[in-house]
Amino acid sequence: MSDLINTVLGLYNYWIVIFLMMCGFYIVVAHDNLIKKLVGLNIFQASVFVLYITFGKVSGGTAPILGEAFHVYSNPLPHVLILTAIVVGVATTALGLALVVRINEAYGTIEDDEIHSQDDEP
Amino acid sequence: MALTAYAVARLHNLYAVVMLAGIYSLLAAVMFVVLDAVDVAFTEAAVGAGISTVLALGTLALTKSREKTPRHTRILPLAVCGITGAALVYGTLDLEHYGDPSAAPHHHVGPEYLARSIPDTGVPNVVTSVLASYRGYDTLGETTVIFTAGVGVVLLLGSWRRKEDDDA
Repeated sequence: MSDLINTVLGLYNYWIVIFLMMCGFYIVVAHDNLIKKLVGLNIFQASVFVLYITFGKVSGGTAPILGEAFHVYSNPLPHVLILTAIVVGVATTALGLALVVRINEAYGTIEDDEIHSQDDEP
Repeated sequence: MALTAYAVARLHNLYAVVMLAGIYSLLAAVMFVVLDAVDVAFTEAAVGAGISTVLALGTLALTKSREKTPRHTRILPLAVCGITGAALVYGTLDLEHYGDPSAAPHHHVGPEYLARSIPDTGVPNVVTSVLASYRGYDTLGETTVIFTAGVGVVLLLGSWRRKEDDDA
């Protein structure tokens, strides 16, 4: 029984991440609104960030800023990778939103299915 | 965080969705602080919660702020998400537990960076030394990505195109 509790507590963070990831995935797949799709993409992205940072955590460790008083640090490598990823994520979001603005100018709508039906008309 | 994500999926008012996405980013930043990643939390709060929200609000101002109720069924996407999620949960069963110091990621280059940061670079913040020194090319590439994205946005929304439209 204590084994089971240990497993659940140990993997709880991953499960939260998976729930968030699937929320984001669902929003991207099931919604037609392009802005909402982008928000879903961001949610998915942030869940991956949390996953990586979780990998880097060491119990009893502190933030990886070296000091006399500390001996256990969390792993700095995931932090660096995610720093890069956050900034790249914003770059893609900005580009996506710019595309949405252009699509709205060209089609007068930001709903995926309406754009498709306009394209199908001769 | 889970609640905000769920609310984003349910709401149709896009302003509320964007604001909730900002709150979600802020909560993610809080989570990063708890997980010892202060630099990441800093960036997420500034960039994720700040700039992204401003950009999205700007887009909303230029487009529409309500989502139409979709016509088609949502059972298929839900099923796909459920199956993928279940597969992922099954995959986590083999992972090291949260905070386990013997986990695989802590036995590769991570400790190396921690040990050599001061002698090699003299920077006590290991995240900074790795970002700017050991993985400097990575950061350079990242800057290129941002530059490209910036150029793309300017080309898509720039005023020179409008002038051409006016002439036509």
